[in-house]
Amino acid sequence: MPLNQALVGKVYPPVRYEVGREKLREFAIAIGETDPVYHDEAAARAAGHPDLPAVPTFAVVLSMRAGQVVYGDPDLGLDYSRVVHGEQEFVHHRPIRAGDRLLAAGKVAAATARGRHELLTLETEITTEAGEPVCTVRATLLSRGTAPPRHGSGT
Amino acid sequence: MSPHVDPTRVRPGDTLPEVAETIERMDLIRYAGASGDFNPIHWNDEVAKAVGLPGVIAHGMYSMAIAARMVAGWAGDPAAVRRLKVRFSAMIEPGQTLTAKGEVAEVDGRRVLVRFHAEDEKGEKVLSKGEAELEL
Repeated sequence: MPLNQALVGKVYPPVRYEVGREKLREFAIAIGETDPVYHDEAAARAAGHPDLPAVPTFAVVLSMRAGQVVYGDPDLGLDYSRVVHGEQEFVHHRPIRAGDRLLAAGKVAAATARGRHELLTLETEITTEAGEPVCTVRATLLSRGTAPPRHGSGT
Repeated sequence: MSPHVDPTRVRPGDTLPEVAETIERMDLIRYAGASGDFNPIHWNDEVAKAVGLPGVIAHGMYSMAIAARMVAGWAGDPAAVRRLKVRFSAMIEPGQTLTAKGEVAEVDGRRVLVRFHAEDEKGEKVLSKGEAELEL
């Protein structure tokens, strides 16, 4: 079933996320990052961070949660079992750090056909509860074989 | 932490120190837990084979995280990384070694554009068209 084009531009209600030190350490360990700045508060402060910073791809944890809200919308028509991750982009306005109380709101930024497949771009805007921009995350997903049939196409 | 590179000495064509990681199944299970991405194609061979894969494959975001280690490590400061983008172009299975490689493409004052990719042992690009904008 093709994606619902009418939802392009729709912004979904945000999910809340409170950033904990142990979660940041756990994520850093999981990706093999041993730099003390990500593990030791004193090292982080010495480097000018008010608390432990997140590694640059940690924001995916929040964007996946925001994405679940979007993908779970039955009106979107996304069959997640057909999805392949195509591209990923993070625009950091400032590092995520321990103690942050964040909101992550997902948006259907684009849904376009490419041959028999469709490309869905999920954009997640991460801000503090006070509205300070923190990170913009874009994930482009390939939805295999769901493009609407084109007139005259043989297959 | 002092920056690992001297911004005044960065030139287009400079290469970043490579980061190589041999991916074990336990790494993927640990990443699943840390990231919350429990898609079974990353830890369950039966499910992976049922959808046409040779077996479990690494999370694309795990590979991207390895490449990001290279970029942030070179910059010497996570706050330097302003933008990071990749295309996921091939899968990589446990037992394989992923190597991230990058090069300075443009320098404008303290702003630096790095282009990077990550490849498997055969040289096939697992991540392609990688771009990182840094402010050193």
